[in-house]
Amino acid sequence: MARREAIVRTIELRKTYMLGKVSLPVLKGIDLEIFRGEYISIMGPSGSGKTTLFNMVGGLDKPTDGKVYIDEVDVAQLDAYELAWLRCRKIGYIFQTFNLIPVMTALENVMLPMIFAGLTTDEAMEKAKGLLETVGLGERLHHKPFELSGGQQQRVAIARALANDPAIILADEPTGNLDLKTGKEIIELLKRMNREKQVSVITATHDLKMLDVSDRVVWIRDGLIERVEDRENLDIKVGQVEGE
Amino acid sequence: MDEKKIEKQLSLPLRNAFQMSVRNLRIRFGRSIIVTMSILLGISFLMSIFSSNAYTNALLTRGPEDIRLILEKSAADIRTRQVWLVSLSLLVCVVGIVNAMLMSVTERSREIGTMKCLGALDRFVMELFLLESLIHGLIGSILGCIVGLFIMTVVFLFQYHGLVLRLFPAGPLLWYALLSVLLGTGLAIAGALYPAYVSARMEPAEAMRREV
Repeated sequence: MARREAIVRTIELRKTYMLGKVSLPVLKGIDLEIFRGEYISIMGPSGSGKTTLFNMVGGLDKPTDGKVYIDEVDVAQLDAYELAWLRCRKIGYIFQTFNLIPVMTALENVMLPMIFAGLTTDEAMEKAKGLLETVGLGERLHHKPFELSGGQQQRVAIARALANDPAIILADEPTGNLDLKTGKEIIELLKRMNREKQVSVITATHDLKMLDVSDRVVWIRDGLIERVEDRENLDIKVGQVEGE
Repeated sequence: MDEKKIEKQLSLPLRNAFQMSVRNLRIRFGRSIIVTMSILLGISFLMSIFSSNAYTNALLTRGPEDIRLILEKSAADIRTRQVWLVSLSLLVCVVGIVNAMLMSVTERSREIGTMKCLGALDRFVMELFLLESLIHGLIGSILGCIVGLFIMTVVFLFQYHGLVLRLFPAGPLLWYALLSVLLGTGLAIAGALYPAYVSARMEPAEAMRREV
């Protein structure tokens, strides 16, 4: 059996925040492997550390202790330029609050990472148009974020995340600000991108709708991994939000 | 990894940076007006003090006998007062401009964090704010100069009538105007660059967490 390639690996990952003199340990030793092409969800209640883990895995913040390897490269060893390159080319980010640039149109928002990657304006425009059509917003290219609904803004964010053909998409609570129906659509879209573009999707969420589309689920509580389940073994009891 | 090569793979062409800066100024028009007004007010105060100096000195050195005698009596006082007023107005400038720029940058922390997630180098963020603050500084300073000069000219016209126009100290005024514009623009850039630098250097997670 071929050994699956780990695209993200953490070893004894710890993160402690200093609030004045008080230290707050949020991650207390996480060992995790995420494989190429996987759709994996990190689930846990509020305060469990899933957003912090998400930030570590995505190179958005540095660990206090332990190691994070993205594509076998130790993130802590990267300098500012290499980190920027990683965020530009290898990883696409999606946030709960969409985080689109408010003064730019949908098209320009999707084009921005391509500009950073060195594409010409024309190339970027073509590619961005294509991506926006893929996510179903071909008619809304020139709308600004405030002219779009939450679901539409998240679609733009997904198109933007895919701008430079990344290997990983990181989504932090992508459905957190969306209603049930829109949330489902976004999850479907993410799964479709995972399948069609072979891109690994890592989401941090407490939305149980995500369970259906995940290949594996990592349950995190109090800064530690409680268990990791494959989809076949998922045991969802209706009404138990914390998935005990 | 070769640092130079990686750096070359990320770029923000000047044309794009300029477009983004101008767009930001146009769309955040309200905020732009406030920032430009801060610069304008500070510089107009400074320029009015400078103009007052220039006119008074012109009258002192080239004015008719009677006026000169009156002014010379209080020459020493005038000097001291001039120095004090210039210092005070400089202080007003610095505080007002830096405050406006600081607020303008801080309220966009989340945007900066997001841009870093898209692969922006610290340098790109700085470039954008540099361009914006340059435009703010130039417009605010030039307008401020005009306003300050105009006000002081009117004041002196009231007191000394046509004499002021005959003795018009074009040289010193031009020099003061240049100095004011340089100062205003310099302060605007300095006032924006420091907070931009702080935000650009933060880890994106931290920048996006910042409460405004």
